[in-house]
Amino acid sequence: MRIHEQFAKLKSGNEAALIGYLTAGFPTMEGFLSNLEEAAGSGADIIEIGIPFSDPIADGPTIQMSSQIGLANGATLPAILKAIRDLDLNIPLVFMSYLNPLLAYGQDRLLADMIHAKVTGLIVPDLPVEEAASWKSAAESRGVDTIFLVTPASPEERVRRIAEASTGFVYCVSLTGTTGARHDLSDDLPAFLDRVRSFTNTPIAVGFGISGPEHIRRLLPHADGMIVGSRVIDAIRNGEDVGGLIRKLKDATRK
Amino acid sequence: MPVTDPDARGRWGPYGGRYVPETVMGALDALEAAYLEASRDAEFQNRLDYYLKEYAGRPTPLYFAENLTKRAGGAKIFLKREDLLHTGAHKMNNTLGQVLLARRMGKTRIIAETGAGQHGVATATACALLGLECVVYMGSVDTRRQRMNVFRMELLGAEVRPVDSGSKTLKDAINEAMRDWVTNISDTFYCIGSVVGPSPYPQIVRDFQSIIGSEVRSRCLEREGRLPDCLVACVGGGSNAIGLFHPMLDDASVRMVGVEAGGLGLDSGKHGATLCKGSPGVLHGAMSYLLQDVYGQVAETHSVSAGLDYPGVGPEHSHLKDTGRVEYTSVTDEEALDGFCTLCEAEGIIPALESSHAAARGIRIAAEMKPDQVVVINVSGRGDKDLEIVEGLA
Repeated sequence: MRIHEQFAKLKSGNEAALIGYLTAGFPTMEGFLSNLEEAAGSGADIIEIGIPFSDPIADGPTIQMSSQIGLANGATLPAILKAIRDLDLNIPLVFMSYLNPLLAYGQDRLLADMIHAKVTGLIVPDLPVEEAASWKSAAESRGVDTIFLVTPASPEERVRRIAEASTGFVYCVSLTGTTGARHDLSDDLPAFLDRVRSFTNTPIAVGFGISGPEHIRRLLPHADGMIVGSRVIDAIRNGEDVGGLIRKLKDATRK
Repeated sequence: MPVTDPDARGRWGPYGGRYVPETVMGALDALEAAYLEASRDAEFQNRLDYYLKEYAGRPTPLYFAENLTKRAGGAKIFLKREDLLHTGAHKMNNTLGQVLLARRMGKTRIIAETGAGQHGVATATACALLGLECVVYMGSVDTRRQRMNVFRMELLGAEVRPVDSGSKTLKDAINEAMRDWVTNISDTFYCIGSVVGPSPYPQIVRDFQSIIGSEVRSRCLEREGRLPDCLVACVGGGSNAIGLFHPMLDDASVRMVGVEAGGLGLDSGKHGATLCKGSPGVLHGAMSYLLQDVYGQVAETHSVSAGLDYPGVGPEHSHLKDTGRVEYTSVTDEEALDGFCTLCEAEGIIPALESSHAAARGIRIAAEMKPDQVVVINVSGRGDKDLEIVEGLA
C-alpha cells in the first residue's frame, strides 16, 4: 500500500495517521518482527522501521540504545529485508536510516529490494534536500516515497523546498533536538505545523518528543499524522504491552 | 586560486558536502556567509593575526634538525615547530579563528569535540581569552588516557563532558557534540577541530591551518633558497597535514606524504589508517574515505595516539588521495614510538605521539634522499600529554 492511499483513507474516516517506529533487531530480531505485527494489528497506520547505525547523530539515548542492540543482534539491511519480506501487514512500511548503510547496500539494489519487501517510503535524517537529487529521482521511478524532515529552525525558503520535495508525507520535527520522548511540547508547535501546511497539499506528520494521547489530541487540528518512536521503544524495553499502547495512541487520532 | 578549492556545494570531487540533520542546515548557511564576510574583512584578519602573533607565538620556527639529519644520512631534515605554539599544538591556529568568528556571529556558547585533548584545550583557551562559555565532549576512554588535558580544560573554565557511547573515543565525542548542536542551535557555535564535518568546516579549518604551510614555504625559500622537496605530516582528521600541504599544492616539485595510524598493523584490523584501508562513505556530515564494514557500519579504530584514533578523514585529503597529489601511508604504534624516542634523544624535542608518526616516516624518507634535498616534518604538537602512555609502554 502506498502512503498517500493510507492518508486518503484516513482522511475520509476523519482520523489522523498513527505512525509507529520500531528499531529493527530490537530487542531481538524475533521480538522486532512480533512487535511489528502486533503494532500493525493494534491500529498503527504506518510503521517506520529504524535501520540501526553505529553513529546515530540525530537520535537521543533511547534510540541510540535500541540501535546498538539491533546491531549486536545482526540487524543489517540484508537481514532486515529478508526477515520482513514475507510479512503481510497491509499498511505502508517506511525505512528510516542514516545514509551510510544505504550507500553500502547500493541505491538501485536497495530500492528494488524495498519494493519486494513492501517498503514504500524512505526517511534519511542525514540527507537534506540539497544532497538528495539522485535518491529522489531513483526512488520516484521505483515507486518509493522520499520523506524529508523540516524543523522549527528551517528558514522559510527551506520549509518551502522541503515541503515540495517530500512525497508521502512531510516529516515535521517538533523541536530543535534529538529524538526522545518529552513531557511537554513547545507552545509554538501548532504555529510551526500551520506554517508547513501553508506550503503544501502533501500530508504533514509530526514527530520527535510525542509521547502520549494528550499530545496527539492537542496536535490533531494541525497535523495529518502523529509519529511515535522513542515512547514505543521505551515501552518495549520496560516490558509494557505494545499492542495496548498503540491502541491507546490510535484512539487519540480519531477526531 | 589554489587547485583544490571546493565547488559551490562544498565538494572536492565526490567528497565533502553536507550530510547533516535539517536542524543545522540553516546554521551552516549562516556560517558560510559569516566566514566569507570575515575573510574579506581586514579588521577580522588583523585581529586574528594579532592574536596568532602576540598571544600564540607565531611564526613558529622551521628548525634545521642537524643531529637527526646526520642520523638519517640523507636529505636535510627540518622540523616545523607547531609544538611551540601556545597550548602545545597547531590546534590554536584554528580555534582562535573559529572562536573569533563565533563572537562576530553573536554566539555565546562554544562546543567542541576532542580526542587527545589538544583541540579541547585550544578551544577552552580561546574561549577563556575571548570570554565565551565552553563545553568540550571527550570519549571516556580518552578522558582516562589524556587526563592531564581534562584537568587543563577545567582550569581554563571549560566543562568537559565524558562520552560513554559507542567506542568512547573521538568519533563518539563528535556524535555527542553534533547532538548538542542540534539541540542548542540558536546560541551555540560548534568549533570543529579538524578538516572534517559538513561544508564549510573542512575549508574553514584548512584556511586557518594553512598558515603552517605558508610559513614553511617562505622560510624555506629564504633559508635554503629552494622549496622543500618533501613534506611529511600525520593524518587523523588531517588538519595539520592539510595546513602544511595546501599552500604548496601548486608547487609540483614538492612531494607530500600523509602518515596515518597503522596501529597494530594494517592487517590486524586494529588501526586508524582510513585512506590506506578505507572506502568512500558518509560520516559526521561529509563524504570521505571511511573505515567501515560491508554493511556501512563505521568500524572501531585503534591507535596509540588518541588524536589519530578516528575512522574518517577530511574530504580534501580523500580527493588528494584519488588525484595522487599526496601519498598516504602509515606507521605502526611501535614505529611511532621509535620516532618519538629518536626525536627525544637526537634533538631534545618531545613530540606528541601523533607527530611521532610523521617523524618516524619522515626520517626514513630523508634517508633515501640526497644531501642537498630538504624534508620538512611537521611536529604538530608536543608530547607532554603522552608521557604516561609512553611510560606505561616502556
